[in-house]
Amino acid sequence: MVADTSSTQNISLKLRVWRQAGPDQEGRFVDYQAENLNSNMSFLELLDVVNDDLERRGEDPIAFAHDCREGICGTCSLVIDGKPHGPHHGIASCQTYVRSFKDGDTVVVEPYRAKPFPVQRDLITDRAAFDEIQQAGGFISVRTGSACDANAVPIPKEDADLAMDAAACIGCGACVAACKNASAMLFVGAKVSQFALLPQGQPERDQRVLNMVAKMDELGFGNCTNQYECSAACPKLISHDFIAKLNKEYLQASVRSAFKARSSV
Amino acid sequence: MNLFRNLFTSSIGRKFLMAVTGLVLVGFVTGHLVGNLQIFLPPDQINGYAHFLQGLGPLLWGIRLFLLACVAIHIWAAVVLTLESRAARGPESYGVKKWLRASVASRYMRMSGVVVLAFILYHLAHFTIGIPGDESYKSALPSVVLENDVREFGIPLAAAGTEVHDVYSMIFLGFANPIVSLFYIVAVGLLTVHLWHGTDSLFQTLGWRNARWADGLRKVVAIYCILYFLGNLAIPGAILTGLEEPAAGTTAAAELIAQR
Amino acid sequence: MATLNSNIPPGELADKWSTYKANMKLVNPANKRKYKVIVVGAGLAGGSAAATMAELGYKVDCFVFHDSPRRAHSIAAQGGINAAKNYQNDGDSVYRLFYDTVKGGDYRSREANVHRLAEVSTNIIDQCVAQGVPFAREYGGLLDNRSFGGAQVSRTFYARGQTGQQLLLGAYSALSKMIGAGAVTMHNNSEMLDLVLVDGQAKGIVVRNLNSGAVTCHAADCVVLATGGYGNVFNLSTYARNSNATAAWRAYKQGACFANPCFTQIHPTCIPVSGDYQSKLTLMSESLRNDGRIWVPKKAEDCDKNPNDIPEADRDYFLERIYPSFGNLAPRDVSSRAAKRMCDEDRGVGPTKLGVYLDFSDAIQRLGADTVRARYGNLFDIYKEITDESAYETPMRIFPAVHYTMGGLWVDYNLMSNIPGLFVLGEANFSDHGANRLGASALMQGLADGYFVAPYTVGNYLATQKPGSAPSIDEPAFKAAVANVQELTQRLLKTKGKETVAHFHKRLGKIMWDHCGMARTKEGLEEALKLIPALREEFWANVNVPGSDDHLNQALEKAGRLADFLELGELMCRDALTREESCGGHFREEYQHADGECLRDDENFAHVAAWEYQGEGNLPHRLTEDLNYQTVKMSTRSYK
Ligand SMILES: Cc1cc2nc3c(=O)[nH]c(=O)nc-3n(C[C@H](O)[C@H](O)[C@H](O)COP(=O)(O)OP(=O)(O)OC[C@H]3O[C@@H](n4cnc5c(N)ncnc54)[C@H](O)[C@@H]3O)c2cc1C
Ligand code: HEM
Ligand code: HEM
Ligand code: SF4
Ligand code: F3S
Ligand code: FES
Repeated sequence: MVADTSSTQNISLKLRVWRQAGPDQEGRFVDYQAENLNSNMSFLELLDVVNDDLERRGEDPIAFAHDCREGICGTCSLVIDGKPHGPHHGIASCQTYVRSFKDGDTVVVEPYRAKPFPVQRDLITDRAAFDEIQQAGGFISVRTGSACDANAVPIPKEDADLAMDAAACIGCGACVAACKNASAMLFVGAKVSQFALLPQGQPERDQRVLNMVAKMDELGFGNCTNQYECSAACPKLISHDFIAKLNKEYLQASVRSAFKARSSV
Repeated sequence: MNLFRNLFTSSIGRKFLMAVTGLVLVGFVTGHLVGNLQIFLPPDQINGYAHFLQGLGPLLWGIRLFLLACVAIHIWAAVVLTLESRAARGPESYGVKKWLRASVASRYMRMSGVVVLAFILYHLAHFTIGIPGDESYKSALPSVVLENDVREFGIPLAAAGTEVHDVYSMIFLGFANPIVSLFYIVAVGLLTVHLWHGTDSLFQTLGWRNARWADGLRKVVAIYCILYFLGNLAIPGAILTGLEEPAAGTTAAAELIAQR
Repeated sequence: MATLNSNIPPGELADKWSTYKANMKLVNPANKRKYKVIVVGAGLAGGSAAATMAELGYKVDCFVFHDSPRRAHSIAAQGGINAAKNYQNDGDSVYRLFYDTVKGGDYRSREANVHRLAEVSTNIIDQCVAQGVPFAREYGGLLDNRSFGGAQVSRTFYARGQTGQQLLLGAYSALSKMIGAGAVTMHNNSEMLDLVLVDGQAKGIVVRNLNSGAVTCHAADCVVLATGGYGNVFNLSTYARNSNATAAWRAYKQGACFANPCFTQIHPTCIPVSGDYQSKLTLMSESLRNDGRIWVPKKAEDCDKNPNDIPEADRDYFLERIYPSFGNLAPRDVSSRAAKRMCDEDRGVGPTKLGVYLDFSDAIQRLGADTVRARYGNLFDIYKEITDESAYETPMRIFPAVHYTMGGLWVDYNLMSNIPGLFVLGEANFSDHGANRLGASALMQGLADGYFVAPYTVGNYLATQKPGSAPSIDEPAFKAAVANVQELTQRLLKTKGKETVAHFHKRLGKIMWDHCGMARTKEGLEEALKLIPALREEFWANVNVPGSDDHLNQALEKAGRLADFLELGELMCRDALTREESCGGHFREEYQHADGECLRDDENFAHVAAWEYQGEGNLPHRLTEDLNYQTVKMSTRSYK
């Protein structure tokens, strides 16, 4: 399939890929033999090569989501041999390389499995649910042009760094895919924590967490049982400490909102 | 009120209820174990203690109802959350299933919980209501008269001369049956597994856990679980193996010798 | 023929923007909700524009081909964003940022626009911080800055190596808020395939839903395009794989002029191609050149050897040799071209022979491996991940790659194209960067356009439109556009040839890279102008697009985008051929100083070249907009 272009080792793999024509169609695994692969090729490039072959034969190529191919856009979303984003730790599917597999291996590739992420086609799932959670409160309201000087409020470096740890989430959904309960707690925890850690996030702090969690529940994500599979699969190694923080934020907000004095006007 | 709605209908709220009720139950089983370990003291001690508890009257019922409510809420939350999580997984399951790092205890919480529930039901029938072995049940045994004042931490529990149920003998007789003992041991083992994840997990649920001290917490929980299991193992274990003989003169001593 | 009126407000350069704002037309608040604005794209430019205009009260419909606005290509920007905050007290000012940008662009940008960019740059940082963008901070809690190429002050704000991501998430969160509030209707997975004009004004678009295949029309009072750059015409680039020129190209075919299409930026330090399966090039930070030394073997026969076995005497540290005063820190375009020349002399290294060494052994000896790890560890890790080689042990291999397109749809001071009602923001317009963009300035421009410029200038246009006068989608213009789109789709599906879309894209990329890449010649460009039409013909005769148009069909998506690249590539070559000078990223070998620097021709080419479509089969018209510098004096750009 692919010409040998370098001195690196060439290997063959058997791919077992989930094929499903549409959201309401039945799916199944189909096997593909991929020969003579350059081990420096990325896993997505491997799929490109298989697809090239399929297209040339007039067959439907395997649909898979991808864009940046450097681990930042969060589009790629393969479950490879049972682990979202493949065998390695802290990287996205697009940063997985063929050299991670041994010659002759069978590699099983499937889409995320979670009810709020319905399969669109083959390996592509619809993750709009994450956008909806974000729309429910994942923002700080600031009118364009109304902001005060950026240095007017100093922020302790530690807080800013921790907020950045949380903000590094790429919204890929691997946490949901890896969680046996299909819970979105890591994603939501990261977003809620980022804002809760910053002074700018304070005015809407309670409302934000209450609304985002309500939306998360409404969309049918599962319930966390603290198994930490999510953070193990997360390509950005978002810590499950943010789930603990989310829990606390939610409980505090619930209590505060129950006892807060209300203006009578 | 919003607070109640959040607690009883949101995922995090119900998790919180589970953690709080779990915490209460942890407190109960720990206290219960400490109380039960009095079996290794002279018979008056545990009999007097049991008598004291029985004598609490309405307060006892208050505590019982509270515990019952905790168990009920705990189980209700567990069932509801589990059903939702099942549904959230969707109709199709993975072709390759793999665990990444979830602790073994955490993977089987639902199973260990169900066994614990079965155990509690059996245990209540056994020692509180007295169905399985009526003849060894405390009310079927001759009552005993306390020889000494029984006190704990300086608090008087029962005065010498009080006539009380022979809980001491009931336990000895109950655990003399190897099947009963083994069931206790297995059940307590699974309870320990449940606690292994549960006591660690509740800190996460309450938002008190982070990477800085998660390792320390895990160790403390491990030590606690080991001690808890050993303590619980000791009672049926010691009785079954004969390491601990019933004190001379008790009904249990008499019956056990008669059986041999 | 179109007229290019830049509509620069009168007055002193520094007062133009405030004068404009003071005098622009306003829309009555109660009327705002009667106007509908279509925004295509939700990268930094589109996302910030859609959010801000919704906040102002307009009804906004936003379209992206991505499955979420958060995935726009802006997310990949690493380095940082410039702003004239002068927080470092090192003498920065609006004027200095303006001046650096004009000079960096090799005097081919429009002064007034660049000055406005520099003015609003400070507001951008305020806005982003208020949104919760976690910029890097110093221990005192204040914002940190780093320095970047082309400037002598530290004015670059950054969030680790993920600045683009964090800025985009800021804009995305603002947009999310407005979507949640119902003020923006978001259309994900929706690719714009045509622009619709009614009475000569942009009034709507045709989109295809990429999941269902449904083709629908959308009408509005005006259309804003913020659809990013077109670097993927080269096939291999640092762009996200799906970045494309379709929206801009279809607008061009409806009459919008395409300005300076040949201005592309090539970044010198990217990880080289490793095989013909390659789909993407990854950028490595330019900062590596601070400590790494760049070389190739002196003798072609050494190129296959292990670099560690090549003795010092047989190495050619070509940048140090050719540019003794700048050495390994020679500017982006100069370094890129030098590396290419080495490879043209058959002295390139690596499996494909398209690479040069970036060697850290001196630095490791001088500073110790730990210091080098502290400075560049994460980059070495990325390198290792991709190539499976340790840069601590063997030299890195690097090669230039396409990184940014300065060209784009022509816009006036209002960011409006020559089609009234069609606004173009961000990388999609020909913008403020002239012939070369400075690092950390694209993010700045995207957000400036979206947050601070377009919301005013679009309002200024809408005030000239009657409220509620947006056309109905039953107008014949919409019907015709849909028919047009469907015809194109069917043509692609029915060809049923033998070759894949990827095959043609690779071939186009090679032609572009060879003839319209880092260095261009008259002969090469003329050659390309023959090759591309031939390739296009072959494409239409022999492409195979499997499947149909009523489902998610990625092959069809790619085919449509490539069809546009096959036309755009030709225009780029034509533009490069007619610009008979060298400037910034456009290097014509015929026009260079003795030392290999660009030889500009300010006499004849101090203008924007904007191309106007003349229908299929006809040559486009080349229009020009003269660049009059009021404030800056044009001089030879030199970093020596
Ligand atoms: C690797 C890399 C690193 C970079 N680093 C920096 C840096 O450090 N600093 C800096 O200043 N700049 C940097 N840049 C450049 C900068 O990132 C981009 O120029 C800028 O982000 C472009 O933003 P945009 O909003 O114009 O377009 P994009 O972010 O590309 O957004 C385009 C949007 O348009 C949509 N779209 C496109 N076509 C259609 C269509 N037909 N129909 C519907 N929707 C469509 C897309 O869905 C997307 O939402 C870098 C670029 C690259 C490639
Ligand atoms: C070897 C271990 C145990 C021993 C010897 C033991 C012994 C007893 C005895 C003697 C009683 C009855 C007290 C009385 O009514 O006079 C009792 C009650 C009870 N035990 Fe245990 N127990 C053991 C383990 C457990 C465990 C592990 C649990 C919980 C999971 C448990 C839960 C209870 C409960 C709920 C009651 C009823 C309390 C009440 O009457 O309100 N026990 N136990
Ligand atoms: C009666 C049957 C029981 C069932 C079905 C049950 C079930 C569960 C389940 C499903 C969980 C959730 C697991 C998780 O969140 O990780 C859980 C958690 C827990 N259980 Fe139980 N359980 C039972 C009894 C008990 C008892 C008797 C105790 C205490 C002695 C207990 C203590 C806990 C604790 C502390 C937690 C952790 C709560 C948290 O994660 O925040 N459970 N239980
Ligand atoms: S938390 Fe991690 S796994 Fe989940 S969406 Fe974010 S980056 Fe992906
Ligand atoms: S794996 Fe699932 S159970 Fe919780 S800690 Fe992560 S969401
Ligand atoms: S393709 Fe962007 S993260 Fe993998």
